[in-house]
Amino acid sequence: MSVTVRIPTQLRPLTAGEGEIVLEATTVREVIEGLEGRHPGIGERLLDESGELRRFVNIFVADEDVRFLEGLNTPLTQGQSISIVPAVAGGC
Amino acid sequence: MTSVNGLACRECGRAYPAEALHVCDFCFGPLEVVYDYEAIAKKVSRASIEAGPLSIWRYHELLPAHETSTIDLRAGFTPLIRAERLGEELGLTNLWLKDDTRNPTGSFKDRVVAVALAKARELGFKVASCASTGNLANSVAAHAARAGMSAYVFIPSNLEHVKIAMTAIFDLKLIAVEGNYDDVNRLCSEIASEHTDWAFVNVNVRPYYSEGSKTLAFEVAEQLGWRAPDHVVVPVGSGSQLTKIHKGFLELEKVGLIEDGGHVRISGAQAEGCSPVTTAFRDGADQIRPVRPNTIAKSLAIGNPADGWYALQVVRETNGGMGSITDPEIVEAIQLLARTEGIFAETAGGVTVATLAKLAAEGVIGRDECVVAYITGNGLKTVEALGDTVGPSVVIPPTLAAFSEFERDQEGAIS
Repeated sequence: MSVTVRIPTQLRPLTAGEGEIVLEATTVREVIEGLEGRHPGIGERLLDESGELRRFVNIFVADEDVRFLEGLNTPLTQGQSISIVPAVAGGC
Repeated sequence: MTSVNGLACRECGRAYPAEALHVCDFCFGPLEVVYDYEAIAKKVSRASIEAGPLSIWRYHELLPAHETSTIDLRAGFTPLIRAERLGEELGLTNLWLKDDTRNPTGSFKDRVVAVALAKARELGFKVASCASTGNLANSVAAHAARAGMSAYVFIPSNLEHVKIAMTAIFDLKLIAVEGNYDDVNRLCSEIASEHTDWAFVNVNVRPYYSEGSKTLAFEVAEQLGWRAPDHVVVPVGSGSQLTKIHKGFLELEKVGLIEDGGHVRISGAQAEGCSPVTTAFRDGADQIRPVRPNTIAKSLAIGNPADGWYALQVVRETNGGMGSITDPEIVEAIQLLARTEGIFAETAGGVTVATLAKLAAEGVIGRDECVVAYITGNGLKTVEALGDTVGPSVVIPPTLAAFSEFERDQEGAIS
């Protein structure tokens, strides 16, 4: 199914400046695989050596942190919006 | 001149110029300001600092921006108070309080905002912005007003009334978001990607902003007569303040201003309703699990703390402790501090004082350690949290008879 992925500034050099990408995926993991297929290099920016989400990367599915859901296995529904957001922001 | 070499990723070490960048392009790690400490060591002395302004800018050599008089509201150089009466209650013989309720907008945030906006002006920004639990909103609004910058401030819509009023009064765009702080923060991270011409103090200017908290260490060391305390207790929201206080003590030693900066034990204070760092500390975990906050300590209600991991490391490495404090305990501690020392703290101060008490009772804090507790915000901001626990002792008609009756009742109650 088709979902929309929001790309943060830090990754836009890899997406030719695109801030939003529409692709086919049924889980968050497939989103990352799909991004990597289109824009090689994105995968290693999001996942560490063991294939886990990097400590300082947050991914939100319909405004919910995937760490509250099923992580990379979080299922997606048609038309859902996925945001990739650097974790380091805010507070003091 | 500041002696800043640039920025570097705290995780992978990649170097970046000293611009409005906060995240490593490669691994998303946080960027940190890199200084030339040898150059700083040659320039600073205790005497040169003591001759400086009575504000955070007396330490400008160790900050990443220049003092700009058109922005400055005189943040910092708040009193360090010997707390004998509170110490007696808690069984501590050498207790001090850093009273940061006395900053221009009533919290320590004025320290970080002064640095952030000075840097933002230097980089040419005309719009200031932030995601805030309230105190930051107050401070950004006030500093932006003084600097003649326009401001967009984003807050959770359920914030305390005073914090909303104290922000809105400065004439700016105040956006109340239906969600908690973590929602606001995520939104701001996304907006920051679209509005790269805005200085988001805790997003794209965050490496400079967070450095302002080092002055909480600098001042304490200077006020103790140029020596480090044995132990400090610091409230933990995002964890940034705690890690920067640690860094501040280390830097003072590095540039030769004190000898014992590396020995300070650092303990962290969280509210029970939002204690991801305390939980990880108790579980011996190497990951911070985000939580959904539910506490009256709204200024600490950050469920996914950006620097939580680093704060955890600091507490472990320095042999500190962590506390998690329930809402009733927060209110009790606010009252304890007020009753013993005459300081009215906001809820975060209650969390800190209650943690201090717990760690003292558990023996984590030694009886004779030189301990400093950071009281980071003014109680007027969170009056709602006190509910009906405060009020008049009695309501009487304006007659001597009525007052005399009240006095008799009091005597009766005592005997």
